[in-house]
Amino acid sequence: MTTQLLLVQALNGLQLGILLFLVAAGLTLVFGVMDFINLAHGVQYMLGAYLGAALAAATGSFWLGLVLALPAALAAGLLLEVLVFRHLYARDHLAQVLATFGVILFLNEGVKVVWGAAPLQVAIPSLLEGGIEIMPGLQYPVYRVAVLGAGLATGALLWWLVERTKVGMLVRAGASNAPMVSALGVDINRLFTLVFAFGAMLAGFAGVLAGPIFSVEPGMGDNVLILAFVVIVIGGIGSIRGAFIAALLVGLIDTLGKSVAPDLLRLVLDPSAARQAGAALASMLVYVAMAAILAFRPAGLFPVRGG
Amino acid sequence: MIGFGRRGLLAGSTALLAAPALLHAQPAGGVKIGLVAVQTGPQAALGTQLRDGFLQGLRHLDGKLGGLTAEVVHIDDELRPEVAVTKVRAALERDRVDFVVGVVFSNILAAILRPVTEANTFLISTNAGPSTFAGRGCNPFFFTTSYNNDQVHSVIGQACEDRGYRRVFVMVPNYQAGRDAVAGFKSRFKGTVVDEVYVPLTQLDFSAELAKIAAARPDAIFTFMPGGLGVNLVRQYRQAGLANIPFLSTFTVDEATLPAQGEAALGFFSAASWAPNMDNPQNQRFVRDFEAQFNYVPATYAAQSYDSAMLLDSAIRKVGGNLQGKDALREAIRAADFRSVRGPFKFGVNHYPVQDFWLLKVARRPDGKFQTETDRKVLEANVDPWAAECRMR
Repeated sequence: MTTQLLLVQALNGLQLGILLFLVAAGLTLVFGVMDFINLAHGVQYMLGAYLGAALAAATGSFWLGLVLALPAALAAGLLLEVLVFRHLYARDHLAQVLATFGVILFLNEGVKVVWGAAPLQVAIPSLLEGGIEIMPGLQYPVYRVAVLGAGLATGALLWWLVERTKVGMLVRAGASNAPMVSALGVDINRLFTLVFAFGAMLAGFAGVLAGPIFSVEPGMGDNVLILAFVVIVIGGIGSIRGAFIAALLVGLIDTLGKSVAPDLLRLVLDPSAARQAGAALASMLVYVAMAAILAFRPAGLFPVRGG
Repeated sequence: MIGFGRRGLLAGSTALLAAPALLHAQPAGGVKIGLVAVQTGPQAALGTQLRDGFLQGLRHLDGKLGGLTAEVVHIDDELRPEVAVTKVRAALERDRVDFVVGVVFSNILAAILRPVTEANTFLISTNAGPSTFAGRGCNPFFFTTSYNNDQVHSVIGQACEDRGYRRVFVMVPNYQAGRDAVAGFKSRFKGTVVDEVYVPLTQLDFSAELAKIAAARPDAIFTFMPGGLGVNLVRQYRQAGLANIPFLSTFTVDEATLPAQGEAALGFFSAASWAPNMDNPQNQRFVRDFEAQFNYVPATYAAQSYDSAMLLDSAIRKVGGNLQGKDALREAIRAADFRSVRGPFKFGVNHYPVQDFWLLKVARRPDGKFQTETDRKVLEANVDPWAAECRMR
């Protein structure tokens, strides 16, 4: 493997990490601030992708679709919060897991009823078409650079919101000790609703951005959800900074693992066995890394919750 | 005493249960079809194609098969073998279906084959064609109107040979069907496989693999990425500017995924025994009426199911509507006395079709929709590699 290929793979890893971060950011806030396990976060990502695709098709413009899909995803998040999740905050984690899993099944079938089972197509906006040649014969799509930029900008915005504003202060306080925040006269339920809706919108935003790269289909959120949970557990539940670092870490480990593991195993195994074992090893690598990190830092890299 | 009483009760209730079944037995002149098509989960689009193809066949036959009024019992296998077995058993025992037709995925077929054939009922697969039932495992009550999976992959191997590609990059998902695809491809490809990449079935982003392909600079790539995997791969392949490397695939670009792949798949290759543009009257009628009815372009799943309706029609007509004489019925099905939408069609000794295979190319139709079109005939009257091992009769 050449240095150039390694650099390209690192870039690919960062790109996957940024997308994971957008999904994980909302999840870590909801989990951290409300102590609420929301398995339905993945379907909110899917819902964002579908809303973006449908609105882009209806208006004929990706950008208009993006702008309209954000409030629509926010509204969908609010609706779910009011109808389902609000009644679960006081329950234990098992009840939350069961109920939000039910929401996954319901919405996965729901989008199929509305949009059909076949994957939808979202075209790349003409402004971001084309690619930059990063190695001979390989184009890096401009759209992916834009996603990278959008993810970094969102990360910066979130950092500013959480670290530098009054609402952010309350969110941080809620993450470390919610009953105390409530006792100090803050309407914690309104804060919860706000955080939840914002998290849903972030997931929806990630979904819209993913539309032109991945296939928009029922169940698309399920794979992302598992990785997003890995990210927030590694990063420390409730920590935006942790989610950011962990997302990049997971993206890099996953991508570099896939490209390097088979080649490394070839040193000790015969080529055909190395390819299959390498592929299996690469898909485990993220979870191995999670276990290793948790063994040394059981609360994740950047723990939030105060003792 | 209690034991005796319970047994007596059981016998009595069995008799009671059997009574309505007798009362509701098929009136003379009817035939019941259990149609197994996945309608749940991400692969439901394929099940919908399969179902609609069979229903279109019935529509062309005025709802009759060989003169008998046809009733369809819809079975959603949910892509879960244990669910499929339960539902198919219910269809056999409660609904008393005369034939079981359909099945998209091989693992579902493997699960229901014994329950159906042991009930002396004919099972006609309209898509799944695993090698397990083509060789030693062939079965007198099992037919397929599709193909043996290995044949389709080997078509691409042969096509690479014919086109003079010497260095081919291979990428498949890391599970049994993926490894079978590689074996099928290699059975006819004699050049160098530059690299074999196995990806997880849950793969989202192919950028790492695409970089590897670009670095390897192969003459062509061979891939097998069914469903959403293929949608992701095809679009990312095009976006990465790799489309100048020929893209040859199986079950990756077809009419079920093309609506989502669109322009990104233009000029990419696939392999099958049928394509929507095939130039024969029965196919033109099928495609035209199917699109008018269901408003999308049919894929092989639909075409093979349509053929199965025509096959059953011809067989039932041959035996004069007598569904009880199983041996005569088997001979009638084996005769395959119908006009297939793919042109020439006959069954081999193992009840798998002996047919031509084509290299297909994705094209845009004048109406803006995308479909695969025949590029070149690669294999003629091809017998699957397992047929010789079948000791039926």
